[in-house]
Amino acid sequence: MKLLVTFSRKEGKKPIIAQVVRDTGVLVNVERALIDSSEGEALIDIPDESCRIVKDKLADLGASVRILEEEISLDESECVDCGACISICPQEVFSFDEESRLRMDAKRCVLCGRCIEICPHRALSRRIEG
Amino acid sequence: MQKTLHQINERIRDGNARVVTAEEMPALVAELGEEGALAEVDVVTTGTFGAMCSSGGFFNFGHADPPIRMERVWLNDVEAYAGLAAVDAYIGATQQSTTREDQYGGAHVMEDLIAGKAVELRAISRGTDCYPRRTLTTELLLENLNQAIMCNPRNGYQRYNAASNSTDRVLHTYMGMLLPSCGNVSYSGSGLLNPISNDPRFRLIGSGVPCFIGGAEGMVIGEGTQASPGAGFGTLMVTGDMKEMNTEYIRAATMTGYGVTLYVGLGIPIPVLDLETVRSTAVRDEDIWVDIIDYGVPARDRPAIERVNYAMLKSGHLEIKGEEVRTSSLSSLRRARKVASELKEWIEGGKMAVCLPTRRIDPTKRAGPMRETVQGPRVLEIMDRRVITISEDEPIRDAARKLLKGETNHLPVINGNGVLVGIVTTYDISKAVVNPGKGTHVKDIMRRKVVTTTADEPVDIAVQKLEKHNISALPVVDREYRVVGMLTAMDLGKLFGGRWLK
Repeated sequence: MKLLVTFSRKEGKKPIIAQVVRDTGVLVNVERALIDSSEGEALIDIPDESCRIVKDKLADLGASVRILEEEISLDESECVDCGACISICPQEVFSFDEESRLRMDAKRCVLCGRCIEICPHRALSRRIEG
Repeated sequence: MQKTLHQINERIRDGNARVVTAEEMPALVAELGEEGALAEVDVVTTGTFGAMCSSGGFFNFGHADPPIRMERVWLNDVEAYAGLAAVDAYIGATQQSTTREDQYGGAHVMEDLIAGKAVELRAISRGTDCYPRRTLTTELLLENLNQAIMCNPRNGYQRYNAASNSTDRVLHTYMGMLLPSCGNVSYSGSGLLNPISNDPRFRLIGSGVPCFIGGAEGMVIGEGTQASPGAGFGTLMVTGDMKEMNTEYIRAATMTGYGVTLYVGLGIPIPVLDLETVRSTAVRDEDIWVDIIDYGVPARDRPAIERVNYAMLKSGHLEIKGEEVRTSSLSSLRRARKVASELKEWIEGGKMAVCLPTRRIDPTKRAGPMRETVQGPRVLEIMDRRVITISEDEPIRDAARKLLKGETNHLPVINGNGVLVGIVTTYDISKAVVNPGKGTHVKDIMRRKVVTTTADEPVDIAVQKLEKHNISALPVVDREYRVVGMLTAMDLGKLFGGRWLK
């Protein structure tokens, strides 16, 4: 399960994620993080069953947490199976099947947005999951 | 054994022709032998589907009442060339909209018309006695045009060099996004399915030969622009009626950071007349080699990083200098296959016959570079030759003094051998004064990653470096990385008012 964590750094540089890992014992995978002098945002991946405990702990530490419901979406009527997205994706979300048709493993995606930006046919977008 | 074109066309007409795609041919030749394949196969169909920037179309709009001689023409705000009589225009695929920039262009206009959408035509004129009208606006569908003839000056590249990027920043090119440090390889082309690769000596592909273009029955006009078949980079000029095309095989696209282009589906049937045709159509991906070019070098003759074949490119992974790198294609192999198999159906069904070129394409011709009579300015001509440098072991205070005395904002830092090792700016020194924790010497506060230029680099390239890195000066270095000058934003002013401004 993916959580989008945003936190303020105004009161100093608290090692929020490290503390969550230490206190809960849950191994957190940081998939994407953008931190500047005043605030930070991190996309973390955790086992589904640990969602509650991690969310509560993050909230205690002053972070706001949102379960990520967006995912990458492929418009098959626009896609021509060129494969421009394959080699630029840091998560190896895209691949060709035996018939050179573009396949997508959306679960691996961390929503970095790179493929959306470069798709020559504008076939990729973010959409709300479900 | 030899077959005649007449025999092949008779079998096509009778619905008995044996047609295979260029992808099926190598295995068939391996199985039946060359003689066996010649007896068995009548036609080999080829196909490619990729970005073909050099595409466009002629339109004839019919005369308005009162009539206008269109001098400038826009279709959905994309300008078309109207210097052709009164109501003709040529729209180029890469021309961009005046209102939507790279999100819409000539390619989109063609795709929209083929998709059956209405397109707004705007035209202006100064008005003449015979054509009094000065402005015109109307909505048009493809069926409202007298002619909409796609005419592509350069399509169907025989093969195309792959692309990578050795620099430390992302590049956005017409070959797509290239990750830093050769993080990926991008390529284009259908390899063994490519039309010219199945007839590299142009024995059977030439003027007048029928082709599949964008879903329509079209024709090869002849040699494409910039064709260099002697070097293995042949191209074709092709034409077809847009009214018979469909958007399965004509797709507008935008290469981020580059601009608009058109994906075109193109295929050519090759009649199997003799053993030489059998051999040339048995070409495999392993036989078609290209270079991986380093797009990090901003010059016409970019260096090759590696030589690879299409089997390696299509596999999805390559090795560059011991590291595994993923590959991406920009063209679609799946759709190239569809072109070849639809063309196969056409010929099996007797819809298209084959013919020989009415005029041969010269297979030995090579394209040359541009002859330039006026050289653009080089860094050498405008750089500041007064070089004030500082050594890395000097105190920050001395750097501040030098900056004040030299009335400059940038101070290249050199080591004991005179080699550039860093740079300090007035900003870095101000920061060191306000925040003195870092140390007291130049080497403690200098930036070690310095963007540089050389004396013979074109100024345009240096300007691009300034812009890309958001900086205002570049040390000019020689081969030994010693500083021979500085190029600052101020020096660029010399370009105005001097001999470069004409």
